[in-house]
Amino acid sequence: MVQYTQSHFDASFAALSDVTRRGVLEQLARADASITDLAGRFNMTLTGMKKHVGVLEQAGLVTTEKVGRVRTCKLGVCRLEEEAAWIERYRQLWDARFTALDAVIEELKRKEKADGRRKKK
Amino acid sequence: MDAERKSEPMGNRTTVVKRSEREVVVTRSFDAPARLVFEAWSKPELFKRWWVPKSMGMTLHSIEMDVRTGGKYRLGFGDGMDFFGRYIEVTPFSKIVWTNEESGENGSVTTVTFEERGGKTLLVMSELYPSKEALDAAGTGAQDALHETFTQLDELLARA
Repeated sequence: MVQYTQSHFDASFAALSDVTRRGVLEQLARADASITDLAGRFNMTLTGMKKHVGVLEQAGLVTTEKVGRVRTCKLGVCRLEEEAAWIERYRQLWDARFTALDAVIEELKRKEKADGRRKKK
Repeated sequence: MDAERKSEPMGNRTTVVKRSEREVVVTRSFDAPARLVFEAWSKPELFKRWWVPKSMGMTLHSIEMDVRTGGKYRLGFGDGMDFFGRYIEVTPFSKIVWTNEESGENGSVTTVTFEERGGKTLLVMSELYPSKEALDAAGTGAQDALHETFTQLDELLARA
């Protein structure tokens, strides 16, 4: 069963609650863009756009990379998907262990029965 | 997590929940009284039969476990790959807490509780890491180990 921490949801919803930031995501879905490009397109100051991109980055929705003087933004790998995969790998490991543990416990139960319940609960 | 327990009161399904950014909790039920489940966790000759299932593709070479408060353990997987730590708290049939010291400062503390209900045992295991980063970097152990095995194989092949 996969569950997500509240803080991830909070960060994602907070990031998506703003119309400009949703616009930025739409834009980045079409093509990567620099912060300068985005500021121009949304008619904002560079500082304002940096803040919006920062919020999106914090939520894992956008990643940025600085090459030379230009910071390029692209859609981030969905952190929720990554986390779901992590949890599933973790679950599979423990499930394999516990299946093997079931066999050991069954044997202990049989042995205890055969021993005529010498041990009292 | 409570809602989950209610919907599947004693189904023997392994569930994993991230309780916080630095804690993972695993739950599972077993069709046996707590003392037997505890026995399988605390006796090395039993423990080694299930801790490394075949699907992990690893072999346990050596095992030392002194399962009592303050006792130590060391699991050797060969080639110097050891998992080791101390038992911080051991309460027979109900609780085992240990440190995982092979990762140094990023090591987690594992707490396992055994709760008997009507002849069955609900096992709850928590792994608490010192930070979010430590948890994210932790992987599942098996994968790290597998990676290491492949690295060793690479090295061997490169030398040949």
